[in-house]
Amino acid sequence: MTRQTKQTAPQQDRLVTLLIRLSGYSSILLVTLIFIFLMKEGLPALADVGIGELFTDRWYPIEGYFGILPLISGSLIVTLGAMLVSVPLGVGTAIYLSEVAPSSTREVVKPLVEVLAGLPSVVLGFLGIIAAAPLLRRLLDLPTGLTAFAGALLLGLIAIPTIVSIAEDALNTVPAAYRQAALAVGATPWQTIWGVTLPAARSGVLTAVMLGMGRALGETMAVMMVTGNAPTLPHGLDALFMPVRTMTATIASEMGEVATGSAHYQVLFLIGIVLFLFSLVVNVLASSVSFRQRKRAERLLS
Amino acid sequence: MNERPMMLSSVNRQGLTPRRVQQLGYGLLRLISLVTVLPIFLVVVYIVVRGAPSIDWEFLTAMPREGMRAGGILPAIIGTVYLTLGTAVFAVPLGVAAGVYIAEYAADNAWTRLIRIAIINLAGIPSVVYGLFGFGLFVIFLGFGTSILAASLTLTIMTLPVIISTTEEALRSVPQSFRVVSISLGATRWQTIWRVVLPQALPGILTGVILGLERAAGETAPILFTGAAFFLPRLPQSPLDATMALPYHIFVISTQVPGMPVQIQFGTVLVLLVFVLGMNLVATLIRSRARARREW
Repeated sequence: MTRQTKQTAPQQDRLVTLLIRLSGYSSILLVTLIFIFLMKEGLPALADVGIGELFTDRWYPIEGYFGILPLISGSLIVTLGAMLVSVPLGVGTAIYLSEVAPSSTREVVKPLVEVLAGLPSVVLGFLGIIAAAPLLRRLLDLPTGLTAFAGALLLGLIAIPTIVSIAEDALNTVPAAYRQAALAVGATPWQTIWGVTLPAARSGVLTAVMLGMGRALGETMAVMMVTGNAPTLPHGLDALFMPVRTMTATIASEMGEVATGSAHYQVLFLIGIVLFLFSLVVNVLASSVSFRQRKRAERLLS
Repeated sequence: MNERPMMLSSVNRQGLTPRRVQQLGYGLLRLISLVTVLPIFLVVVYIVVRGAPSIDWEFLTAMPREGMRAGGILPAIIGTVYLTLGTAVFAVPLGVAAGVYIAEYAADNAWTRLIRIAIINLAGIPSVVYGLFGFGLFVIFLGFGTSILAASLTLTIMTLPVIISTTEEALRSVPQSFRVVSISLGATRWQTIWRVVLPQALPGILTGVILGLERAAGETAPILFTGAAFFLPRLPQSPLDATMALPYHIFVISTQVPGMPVQIQFGTVLVLLVFVLGMNLVATLIRSRARARREW
């Protein structure tokens, strides 16, 4: 048996290597394919509907109004609201886990954060409808609890695991020598965290926040279920307590009903392009920030 | 860092000693962590408490009746199992092979950097955009229709980044000396990977695979227009049939069906939660057992 393996080894090796190489390149192929397909289906909307028409404030596809501004602003309001919740909680928890918590506490907190990462968004959406929205309606005395605010709270929760895990990684990669030096010159552990460790990890923490934002912006089900699905352009700050409709929710709720190739179909793909480009920008920026950080750390340590 | 004034000079400012500031700061961090973790704990407990009374043999093994307002959720459970297995069939070989390429073969050049950027981007694409793509490519262009096959392939693309990254990480943690010894004994590169490196990295890879599939099992948006059905009177018979699935079923019964009994809603949510968190638990156990047993 050994001899047989030996004889065929080179050919087998070549074939396997080829397959593995192809698999390795598959992710480039897939990203390209996704982009091409979105463009192919969505770009005709620019001609058929017209750019001027797309950037208006009326989304009412049945009557042929395809203004996507209310959807973009809906996504932005909900995402920014989510960041107000998830950045302090996520970064604070990451600092606590990395710098303060005893390992026994860490072993309780970390799995719970992982549980949150694993909770399907439709489950959180369901709880939003059944528990959070009625509660918010009573507490804030609103006509409906299904508002941008409810969506922001849920999305904040959803973005937390991303922020915690990446920010904690960033804090953990700060060389121990930094902390030791600060402590040696008489800084308290708190001053060390605030004045040395956190600034040294700031690019990683920024990456964490950006990826959390990408996560919130792309979230679909939870936000569709609790934001009340009203595609109107918000005016003023009280928009947070009104129903809105995000880009993702629009695609999810309308794609099933459109005729393939119709103007409405094309516009939904165009919204998909907007979402794709946004996540592209967020992820490329985030990864370039973290690459730079690693290089700086190497330089400092050499 | 240099422009930041050293805070040592702030002793006694406003009567706060550094020690006191530290106590307050630590207290704040503890509070923040508690506020983060408590809702997670409450959510899980709430679902278990409200959902458990609905779970019985009929609920798990019967077809829905009376417009899904009575009976069981068998087709949704079976559908989610099919979709998870279907995703595994495509995502595991492709993802593990891609991870092997990056960890064991790829040179440190522009192409490899491009692959990494592609993986990062795949991981960040909103799930509903995967749904659009899956609809365009698998349902329409390749003619699979709304089917288990189309939905599994769509979920595969979404799952790949997790599997690739964890495979790469698991392979990199295998000490270089294992490879050196194997090659020096006359094994080829592939034999070394297949017989020596992969078995050592297996627990790590398995953990990543399960975590990736866990995500796929809980997703709704990618299957909305690629394979999920509102209601089917019978179980799917082939990979080209559409299927009911637990996440989509939860969406349907909590937003689309008026007069839905709340026990059925909570029961269905609990079943999905057990499914998903069960996978999470298995992954955690594999990881911690492998760590405890590791001899290097």
